[in-house]
Amino acid sequence: MTPLLSVQGLGVQFTGERTVTALSDLSFDLAAGEVLGLLGESGSGKSVTLRTLLRLHPPRSTRVTGKIELDGQDVLALRGRDLQRYRGGAVSMIFQEPGMAFDPVYTIGDQIAEAVRAHEPVGREVARARALQMLDRVQIPQAKRRLDAYSHELSGGMRQRAMIALALACQPKLLLADEPTTALDATVQIQILLLLRELQRETGMSVIFVTHDIGAAVEVADRIAVMYAGRIVEENGVGEIVAAPRHPYSAGLVASTVSAAHRGQVLPTIGGSPPDLSALPSGCAFAPRCAQASAQCRAQPALVRDAARALACWHPVSDYPS
Amino acid sequence: MSAEDRGGPAQPLLLVNELSKHFAVRSGLFGRGGQQVRAVDGVSFSVAKGETLGVVGESGCGKSTTARLIARLLKADGGEMVFDGDAVGAYGGMALKDYRRNLQMVFQDSFASLNPRLTAIDTIAYGPRVHGLSKSAARQRAVSLLARVGLAPEQFGSRYPHELSGGQRQRVNIARALAFEPRMLILDEAVAALDKSVQAQVLNLLQELKAERGLTYLFISHDLQVVHYLADRVMVMYLGRVVEIGPVAALYAQPRHPYTRALLAAVPSMDPARRTERSPLSGDPPNPINPPSGCRFRDRCPHAQAVCAEQVPLLRETVTGHWAACHLDDPRSGHAEAPVMLS
Repeated sequence: MTPLLSVQGLGVQFTGERTVTALSDLSFDLAAGEVLGLLGESGSGKSVTLRTLLRLHPPRSTRVTGKIELDGQDVLALRGRDLQRYRGGAVSMIFQEPGMAFDPVYTIGDQIAEAVRAHEPVGREVARARALQMLDRVQIPQAKRRLDAYSHELSGGMRQRAMIALALACQPKLLLADEPTTALDATVQIQILLLLRELQRETGMSVIFVTHDIGAAVEVADRIAVMYAGRIVEENGVGEIVAAPRHPYSAGLVASTVSAAHRGQVLPTIGGSPPDLSALPSGCAFAPRCAQASAQCRAQPALVRDAARALACWHPVSDYPS
Repeated sequence: MSAEDRGGPAQPLLLVNELSKHFAVRSGLFGRGGQQVRAVDGVSFSVAKGETLGVVGESGCGKSTTARLIARLLKADGGEMVFDGDAVGAYGGMALKDYRRNLQMVFQDSFASLNPRLTAIDTIAYGPRVHGLSKSAARQRAVSLLARVGLAPEQFGSRYPHELSGGQRQRVNIARALAFEPRMLILDEAVAALDKSVQAQVLNLLQELKAERGLTYLFISHDLQVVHYLADRVMVMYLGRVVEIGPVAALYAQPRHPYTRALLAAVPSMDPARRTERSPLSGDPPNPINPPSGCRFRDRCPHAQAVCAEQVPLLRETVTGHWAACHLDDPRSGHAEAPVMLS
């Protein structure tokens, strides 16, 4: 079966005063109806991946190499009308800060209706009806009234729901979610995670869910790809990543996630801090922080796939003598 | 420089009584209307010597305002504070300068809380200088503190904030707070902005420092896991009021207040086989300008009844040291479910 989305050898560099390598040799597939979690810390390239998929980076200062295919369509070759149809039509995105994503001077209803009319040849009334239907769908109470609300009149959770309504208004095949619950309160975060899961099940769309929070990823994702310094270092089913991580970085991330079990003990940590993307070490970027690093790690380990999992490491965790 | 322990171990280091802060809200034409946000509304608690009190709650619950009131960055509208037996800010009480030396604060935004024109060493040495230490002694203290928080002074001492990573900046902030040799630190979401792997490092550092210096922490966080790991007692706030306060083990194992239970249920499970199936609460935290009458949680509470709208529930001690403000817990409240003890 051909995947819905196929990313092959994707590289992204930002040029300017310094050249920053944000993504290197990124490859992954996403099946229709699958939810992939991209897990990583700041600077790991997870948000850059989403923005590249939507072609949001300014072409003048960005060098993109590799290949992105959605449904057989070459995404990096899209121009003009085709690119507009692709953004918001086939693929759409929700952001961390819904307050910044909405235009403050138009009502929520206007903005959803505008998106619908940009993609479909329908009249005002139909578009407005669709907007109302979408607000109902994301379980906004009193949807009819909220249609004429401005984004500042909504609470954080409602705004994120409205953002999801906007993103799904044109039935995209792929939803890109960039830390959609990070800015929300705990009791609201879980509501949004449950909503995303429910909508995904109903529509059968694929989702790429970017987060730094393993807990949130576990709630929604089928598969998790762990990113470090612009590369995928490990990919596996969500259960396997949490229970038996194989890359020392994923293992460190899982272990340093604070829980009650650690009380009274020193937390396991990963020493050091993430590398500077404008001066990446040669070979494995994690080696300077890795307890298992050896001379071999000066060569970049390839991401080796077998069946559903993938790993880029010379010394995977399961190989250690116990 | 550190003030000696005076009241003995039994005397709480900090006692907060009926603290309140109301902000005026401009509304309507020409800013008239006279509405108020009761950001902190009659908050009372104490922090024992050497203890870590965790404060949790969602945005708008008043936890950061409480911290700022205690640090005297804001002036309270009502209430009093007693620091190791001395009234704070009252006539005949402790001088503000002494109070501030004894109580320091670390903020969430590590970048905004550092002066961009001061190097790490100068930042840390600044406070002791102001408090009368000689230039060389202050510098010496800064160097040793920088080393203590895990930053090699020769490598990082002359760096400016923008030349440091988030974790390193937060270490500088901690060192700056410690430069006064305070007895108490208020940590207001101090690890929230850090990456997970760096967060664990800073939490370990905080634990070490507390043990070796006998510090007392007021640890404010929205992250229940971190609070569970670090705190001895936990205080849960909702819309400017304390709804529950108790020992960490009891509060996490047997939360008394429905809001605490909802907060705990909202923590994502780390097990894909046991995903959260139902959201414990619907809706967002309400607007603090017009809180509901009676119990402020009642419009989101699954157990709300008429009595909850009429009477403000007061904090009651249910088990020793474990207090909750809920009519469900009070057999005399008239709440139909009250006599049934909560599981």
